[in-house]
Amino acid sequence: MSLQIQHVTKLYDQQKAVDDISFDVQEGEIVGFLGPNGAGKSTTMKMSTCFLPPTSGNVIVAGYNVVDNPMEVKKATGYLPEHNPLYLDLYVHEYLEFIGGLYNLKGKVLKSRVGEMIERCGLTREQNKKIESLSKGYRQRIGLAQALLHDPKVLILDEPTSGLDPNQLIEIRKLIKEVSTNKTVIFSTHIMQEVQALCDRVVVINKGKIVADDSLQNLLQRSNTSVSVVVEFEGNVTTDQLSLLQGVTNVHQIAPGKFSVIADSGIDIRPDLFRFAADKNVSLIGLKQEESSLENIFRDLTVMPTPIENQS
Amino acid sequence: MLQILSKEFKSFLNSLIAYVVIGVFLVSIGLLAWVFPDTSILGSGYADMYPLFSFAPFVFIFLVPAITMRSFAEERKSGTMEMLLTKPLSDWDIILGKFLAGFFLVLFALLPTVVYYFSIYSLGNPIGNIDTSGVIGSYIGLILLAAVFCAVGIFASSITPNQIVAFVCAAFMCFIFFMGFDSLASLDFFSANALTVKQLGITYHYDSLSKGLIDSRDVLYFLSVIFLMLSITKLNLSSRQW
Repeated sequence: MSLQIQHVTKLYDQQKAVDDISFDVQEGEIVGFLGPNGAGKSTTMKMSTCFLPPTSGNVIVAGYNVVDNPMEVKKATGYLPEHNPLYLDLYVHEYLEFIGGLYNLKGKVLKSRVGEMIERCGLTREQNKKIESLSKGYRQRIGLAQALLHDPKVLILDEPTSGLDPNQLIEIRKLIKEVSTNKTVIFSTHIMQEVQALCDRVVVINKGKIVADDSLQNLLQRSNTSVSVVVEFEGNVTTDQLSLLQGVTNVHQIAPGKFSVIADSGIDIRPDLFRFAADKNVSLIGLKQEESSLENIFRDLTVMPTPIENQS
Repeated sequence: MLQILSKEFKSFLNSLIAYVVIGVFLVSIGLLAWVFPDTSILGSGYADMYPLFSFAPFVFIFLVPAITMRSFAEERKSGTMEMLLTKPLSDWDIILGKFLAGFFLVLFALLPTVVYYFSIYSLGNPIGNIDTSGVIGSYIGLILLAAVFCAVGIFASSITPNQIVAFVCAAFMCFIFFMGFDSLASLDFFSANALTVKQLGITYHYDSLSKGLIDSRDVLYFLSVIFLMLSITKLNLSSRQW
């Protein structure tokens, strides 16, 4: 087991940033760490990289406790901090060589690792530039390159894809996926598509507590409590008429003739809507069932005041 | 530690800091020692390096804090401190790396002044009429003094993310160490323990070394101030763990 967080609490003065959370990440697993701003994501990551000590509880990384064995933990982890701090006055390859040196890489090994990371992160054309002259996307790649440089067992990435353009996003995701085969990866993000593209498992944290820890599939199924259908008519239809249909719980008008109809789960309202249009002699020009997305689940989980019991 | 040292030293050389520091130091000392008539060695009638050793500490009070002010302050401000502290380095690796980088830069600035010794050696009448052991002792004193200033500067830089605050604090503390204790000792209030107060300051030990007499107590004083300053810095760094 590569990353274990056991009943960890972190207090900032009196405020609980992280409140008794526990979860494990196995080797070869990619876990997405989600939560609204200020939920305690970064704090948890900082505790896993020995930057901050937990107030209580244990964080065990690659078999070492962060409090008792920080050196071993630091050697085994690659960390990309949230705002990706870099030495702006250094050249790209110079910076990476410096970081490699800190991990005791020397001589030929260092050169070849730096060369490999520059190539894999798509920095070949920028390697002889100063970091200060590079755009956010390239800086993010340097941050990722420095985290991967010493081939760490555990990879901790705090918002690795913020500030990237869509092409870079796909490349960086591909890179994370590629390197993750024999590593433990945990990354935080706000972008739900990213979770869908990368993760095996999702941990959602809200106000310092874990509100969900499950596979993506289970999470998607769990939220299917109601189905929303967007329907558009050409002709005169009112909200009241629609709400009389069987199984409909809520209707609201989006635009003239366009409605969002919410029905109980397990009922497909679409045939009824079609018959309704035929009965009323109006043309049905649009009918679309909205897929319940991760974004909705995220909202359900983090806006609710009390946490759901952990089901895994 | 060596990686930090070489990185810090490289960034002195990459930016203008190194050249400005070395340039300003040599020009100002050169002017005082050879050009300005009031302080010039040529007009003094003595074959000694008095102007160098008496004015260099004052120049250092401003220059050394300028070198060290960014060491921790900038790392804290730009967030690279987090990056550095999550790498497999001990706090001492970081502190000593930064301290030695600043110290070596000062040594580099001091190195060309050795030429002064040879100039005065050949200008003396008779040639070679210079107190060599006094010069060596003074150099040792000046180097130790620069090291103390570096340690003070590193400490000042570690207490704040603001470089200007770090500079002002460091310059003030250097000033107190160099002149403050010495002058306080002459107050009536301290008349009973004037010597003890005097011994707390740098001047007492610096003067003693510049006579060419290398007393282990003086050397120990400098080393213990350096150790004290760096230890407080270490304490300050590890306070994040509390």
